[in-house]
Parts: sequence; C-alpha cells; structure tokens
Amino acid sequence: MKRFAAVFWSLLFLSVPVLGVATFIVGPAYDIWLPRDVSEHGAAVDGLFYFILALTGVVFIATEMVLFWFIWKYDESKSNGPGRYVHGSHTLEVVWTIIPAAVLLFLAIYQMNTWADVKMRRPNMTPTVEVVGRQFEWRLRYPGRDGMLGTPDDLHLVNDLHLPIDEDILIQLKSMDVLHSFFLPNVRIKQDAVPGMKIPVWFKAREEGVFDIVCAELCGWGHYKMKGRVTFEPREAFDRWLEQKYAEQEATQPSVSDVALASGALPQTNQFANNEP
Amino acid sequence: MSTVEPTSPVVQESSQTSVAPSHGHAVSTAGRLSTFLSTYVFSKDHKVIGLQFLFSTLLWFLVGGLLALAVRWQVAWPWSDVPVLGKLFAQQGGQMAPEFYTMLFTMHATVMIFLVIIPILAGAFGNFLIPLMIGADDMAFPTLNMLSYWFMWPAFFAFGASFFVEGGAASSGWTSYPTLATNVNSSPGSGWGQTLWLVGLTFVGVSSMLGSVNYMTTIILMRAPGMTMFRLPMTIWAMFITAVLQAFALPVLTAAGFMQLADRTIGTGFFSPEGNIVNNAMAGAGGGQPLLWQHLFWFYSHPAVYIMILPAMGMVSDILTTFARKPLFGYRPMVYSVAGIAGLGFIVWGHHMFMSGMNPALGVTFMVSTMMIALPSAVKTFNWLGTIWGGRIQLTTSMLFALSFVSMFIIGGLSGIFMAATPVDIFIHDTYFIVAHFHYVLFAGTAMGVWAAIYFWFPKMFGRTMNEFWGKVHFFLTFVFLNGTFFTMHILGAVGFPRRLADAYHYETFHHLQPLNAFMTYCAIGMVATQIIFAVNFFWSMFYGPVAGRNPWNANTLEWTAPSPPGHGNFDYQPVVYRGPYEYSVPGIEGDHLMQTDPPNRAAAAAAAAAH
Repeated sequence: MKRFAAVFWSLLFLSVPVLGVATFIVGPAYDIWLPRDVSEHGAAVDGLFYFILALTGVVFIATEMVLFWFIWKYDESKSNGPGRYVHGSHTLEVVWTIIPAAVLLFLAIYQMNTWADVKMRRPNMTPTVEVVGRQFEWRLRYPGRDGMLGTPDDLHLVNDLHLPIDEDILIQLKSMDVLHSFFLPNVRIKQDAVPGMKIPVWFKAREEGVFDIVCAELCGWGHYKMKGRVTFEPREAFDRWLEQKYAEQEATQPSVSDVALASGALPQTNQFANNEP
Repeated sequence: MSTVEPTSPVVQESSQTSVAPSHGHAVSTAGRLSTFLSTYVFSKDHKVIGLQFLFSTLLWFLVGGLLALAVRWQVAWPWSDVPVLGKLFAQQGGQMAPEFYTMLFTMHATVMIFLVIIPILAGAFGNFLIPLMIGADDMAFPTLNMLSYWFMWPAFFAFGASFFVEGGAASSGWTSYPTLATNVNSSPGSGWGQTLWLVGLTFVGVSSMLGSVNYMTTIILMRAPGMTMFRLPMTIWAMFITAVLQAFALPVLTAAGFMQLADRTIGTGFFSPEGNIVNNAMAGAGGGQPLLWQHLFWFYSHPAVYIMILPAMGMVSDILTTFARKPLFGYRPMVYSVAGIAGLGFIVWGHHMFMSGMNPALGVTFMVSTMMIALPSAVKTFNWLGTIWGGRIQLTTSMLFALSFVSMFIIGGLSGIFMAATPVDIFIHDTYFIVAHFHYVLFAGTAMGVWAAIYFWFPKMFGRTMNEFWGKVHFFLTFVFLNGTFFTMHILGAVGFPRRLADAYHYETFHHLQPLNAFMTYCAIGMVATQIIFAVNFFWSMFYGPVAGRNPWNANTLEWTAPSPPGHGNFDYQPVVYRGPYEYSVPGIEGDHLMQTDPPNRAAAAAAAAAH
C-alpha cells in the first residue's frame, strides 16, 4: 500500500514534464503559438525564443525527471536502509555554479545584437508617421506634402495605419494622456507610449497584409478596445492611399474662417496641434 | 560553552502567572475582558501575533481567490451574465462593466501581494517561527511586534472600503503607473479608490517595517547559547535576509507613495509631464516624469518579489531535509545563494521596464544582471535535488507540497529567462507569458510552500496534526488544477495574448483563444473549490485532530523541543545548541537523527557503543 502510494505520487511528478512538453506540442497544432511574423527583425527575435525554449526545455525535462526518479527510488517503502549522511559536495557545487553561469553569460551576450538592432540602432531618417496614444484610440499623423511633421498640411487619421513594405519605417511614438503600449504582434514590436516623451520605433515589414495594433499597457477602462489596424502594402499602393486620404481630408475640412463665422470656435482638428508640448 | 542557569526568565514568568488567580473573586468582568484582550487581541506574544497574521491572511487569501475567479470569468466568457455576483451589477444587466474588470484584477493582485503573500510569510511564519527556531522566549520588541499586526488593520479597512467608494476601488493595476493613477479623471477607479489604495499601501509598509526591524534584531541578538549564525536553519536565514531586503527597499516605496499622494491631492507634479491632459481634463502642475514612478516602484517591488519567495524557500529546505531524513545538501552554498539573490535583487528592477521608454542601453545592463540572478536560484534547485538524493523519503502531505514547490519553482525560474532576454521580452512583455511566470513563482511556488509549512508546523501551532488523507486530496487537486490553470498560460502568451484586457477576442490575432481560456477558468474554479477541503481540514483538526507530541516529525530544530503548543515564553528549559539543524541519518546512533539540543555526550556514547 505504501509502495503503491509512492508510485502514484512519483508518477504525478512525472506528469509535469510529460504534460508540459505535450502542451508545447498540442498548442502549436491548434494554432496557439507565435503569430505570423512579417517583419525583418522578427526572425532574430523568434530564433532567440526558440533557442531559449530548447535550452530551458532540456533543463526542465532533466530536472523534473531527476525529481521524479528520486521520489520513485528513494521513497522509504523501497527500504534502501538509512539515508546517506552527506552534507554536500564541493566539486558538484562548483560544477553546477560554473556551467549555468557560463550558459547564462553566453545568453546575455548572444542577444545583445538583436536588442541593439530593434531598440538602439535607429535609422537616420525623418519619421514616416507619428503615432499618438489617447484614451482609447491611436491617433496617426503623416507629414503632408512638405515631408515635415507639425506643419498645417499634416494628414490626421485614427486607428487606420498604412505603411509601405520593404523599406525602413520610423514611427515617432507619443501619448497624450496616460501610458499606452504600441504592440504589433505580427511585427514583433512593442513600445510603451509615455506622456511627455517622444520615443522612436523602427522596423521593416516584408509582407503585405492587414494586422492588429494592440494596446499592451493598461490605459483605463477602455483599454481592451484600443484597437488599431496596420496595413502593409507596396510603395505605389501606399502612395495612392496617402493621396486619397489627403484629398478626403482637404475636402471635408472646412476652412478656419467658415467655422469661426458659424460657431465662434476654433475647429476641432486644430486642437491637437495646440497640445504640442 | 557556558553552563546555563536552570531558572530561566521563562520559569519565573510562568510562576508569576500561576500566582495571578490569588487575587481571587475580585476579578470583575472588566478584568476578565482586559485579560482576554491582552491575551488574544492586543497580545505581545509572538505566537499569538503569528496566528493573528495567519488567520487574517488566510481570510484575505479567500477574498483574493474569489476576485481571481471573477477575473477569470470575464476572460473566459466576456460580457456574459456573471453567476451569483451578477445581482450586484443590476445596472449593467448582470454583466461586468470593463471598469469593474480593471478594478478586479488590480485588487486581486493588491490583495494577494500586500495582504496575503508578504504578511503570511514574514508576518505569520516569521513571527511564529523566529523566536522558536533560534531558542528565544519572544521577539526583541514585543510591543513593536504587536503594532506590526495592528497596523495591518487600517490597511484592511482602506483596501476593503475602497470597493464601496464612488468609482470603486483602485483600477490602474497593482503597479499604479502614472499618469493613469495620478490623474483623478483618467478612470473611474482613479478617484477615491486610488487614494485609499495609497493609504493602505503605506500602512502595509509600516507594518512590514516594524516587523523587519524586529526580525533582524531578534535574530542577531537573541539566539540561544551555541546557536551560531551558521547553525541557523534555512528558514531563519531566509527570514533574516528577507528582513534586510525589506528594511532597505521599503522606504523607497513609502516615499514614492507619498509623492503620488501629493500629486493626486495637493497638485504637485512629480509624475506628470507638463501639459498632460487626460480625459479632457488638465493634470496637475506638470514638469514630472511618469517613468520616475516606475523606477521607484520597482526599486521596492523587485526586491519584494524575493521577499515573497525567499522565506518559502527556507521553509521548504527545512521540510525537505526532515522528510528525506538527510542533511541539507550544501548548507553554506544555500546560505550564500540566498544572500546572492538578495544582493543582485537590488540591481535588476529595470527588467520590468525594458519596454517602458527607459534608455535601451540601460536595459542591457539590467538584462545582464537579471540573467545572473538566475544563477543562485539554479544553485538552490540543484541543492534541493541533492538533498532528496539518497534519502529515505516520507511522502507526507507537507513533503508533497514541498516537493511540488521544487517542481513548480523550476518552471517559474526557467520561464523567467524568456523575459530576461530583452529581444524576446519585446514580444512577450505584458502578455500571459509573464502572468504564467509570476503565478508559477508566487502561487505554484510560494503558496505551495506555505501549505507545506502549514501542514508541517500545524502541530506546533495547535498541538494537533492535520488529517493526512484529506491533506493529500487537497494537495492532489490543487496541484492538478493549478497546472491546468497556469501552464496553459505559457502558450497563450506565445500568441501574444495581452494581460489586463476585458475582452481580447475582437482582435484577429486572439479570436481563437476563447476555448483555451474557458478551460483555464474551469481549472481555476476547481482550484478555489478545492480549498474548501483545506479549510474544513484546518478547522476540524484544530479541535479534533490527533494530539501531537513535541516532535511529531522527528525533526531537529529547536521549536520541536518546546511543548506543542508552546506556552508563554516558549521553552520549559533553556535550549542549548550543539550542532547544525540537519543531522539526519547520522550513522552509529540510536534513532536516526540528532536534535540541535542533543548533548554531545549522547553522540559520543553512541559512537563508542558502535565501536565495541
């Protein structure tokens, strides 16, 4: 009876590595896994993810198996006699300190280049678009014909981001009110938007398509619905879209004098420009 | 070693108490009331204070668990009618409003961290065990100790009352990031709820600080004769280093809390930039930095992560040796790795801020230190495995929980490496991957360690043992359900499923994840329901469990030489310590272990007998 109990409990501990590995096999089979990556740097990020997964997977399986085996083998019902009177082993301590230390140090150095590519080596160019988080929408501002942000001919849009593929994109990320986080799951990009800061975000998209923009930093009650869409398209299509949007804005935007006559107030579209820090 | 006077202060004190009834029938109801109050309510006895902490935190554990279920309900079936609680939101037709959901997960984390994990480890077990395990009759400062418990009550009231103020309780996450938290107009919970949250946090901080000063002093000054620092059980080492961490990290959080309070109430601008407009309302003075709060907050809250795990590691080390009947493998490396975790713990806080807009070059230094802090954790894990290797393992309920602590901590430790790798963190930051990680460390780790400790020290606390059969049922169901709930979060995080979203299924990337979330919620419900078994076992055993002797587990440490439960003043004789705490399976002696108090002549006599 006691042996039966020991077998039962050790098998329960064996189920941890078995079901753990199974989860990581069954999940991807049901598409519960890394979403499609359309960016240039994403392969490096995912590669590092898989590398760490393999590394930690081996350690996970090995240590959990050892734990299972010790419970199985050294349970008192097996009556192996008294426990070993051992207080430790200097050699073992040195071995299992130095090996993990070397692996961790390697991992630390190995990843630096990818991090630098994504967050430190900013391309030398003017911003493609400015993205401003605001409860609970993404406000977008493209430089108009003059190619400069902050001039009267800027194009203002909300949540509908279009970007050209196969070229460097530089986004200037800001927030009007609280923290937000600009998360493009399919581009492996995430960056908090911080009130009072202009933070550059850059990447290069490789494939066409329409993808989610998710807010990944709690920004209030409507955090869950702060959703945008990003459309990656070839340069010509992007230019056409930009022209069309620009024409729409010019057509619907009343001139300052019209509105001032009608209501005595400044038009809404200018409010944002006035908030420039 | 000097000889010890047989008449310890303990004996004198108990003789005084026995004289007390000679005042006779003059004891009025008021007198009896004041005796009752000073014995059970405003007690200065470390054991009573420890139990007060234990009962309070277990009660809040229930509250936190129910909050978690409500969170899980919304994640699995967004906007569906909430069972039982639905009547509370009649104005929303029985559904949960998104602002209510943000409040739920904020308060779930707040309750679990500040009212459960930190006080149950340091407050309950720290208080109960420190004097008993070092051979002292009480804490160094009994009055401070009493105050450390009673300062929790204003916090209980502040957090509890915040649910009922206009706008509800705090809802800017347990991290309270400005400007969401500093600007009263930014969300419904950023009004009175957030102010009360800051008040509650301050009181919790005061309580922790009073405790930490007391623990350090007691451990340094009040050890029994012969109890050198390197004869201390791992539990005490962990409590000591935890107290040091608290003493150095907590003032920063307290100061930051007051700064945020000032931003909210008297219009300062520590954390708000100039011209900040939230919800069309102007923020305070401006000129501040939202990132400043994150630095100050994590300067405390990262060491706090270790405050929330180190004592559990210590207790598990003691339980593993007792039931493996083996000396702890590598006692000194274990002590050094706890110290190493604590030291490194002060220079890794920036890993919470890789995506925050902090200088990415600074992120690299935090990445390296974070990678290195995995090392002492790895050393500890290997030593635990070394401890049970070649043992004679007794699979009691307590041992099963302790073994599962090791098993689960491996998962929590390894998943941390993913977040420490900055490029991977870009993708998994603020997703369910991190939720999986910290639940593996804090629930599957610490909470399992706490259960191991409750089953282990219950006989010392109440003089009776808990029911083993129902204890094992409790263990089995908790273990299965917790893995069902939390392991699946890893693959959810791999999809990038963000945390803190009331409904993520309208995103194309996440719309197919609802069935998995429903499965996790079923497991979470099972996990909370399982705790009914624990609660019944706990209270039933308190009154009807089999009576335990002084040392039901044949353990070595000093608390097992005291009566169960120990009276006021703990020991009926002055314990004198002759050796370290892990002398199990000692060859050539009668029985298989030498307690710390067993005089050396016993060991010598046994050795001599064996030689003949």
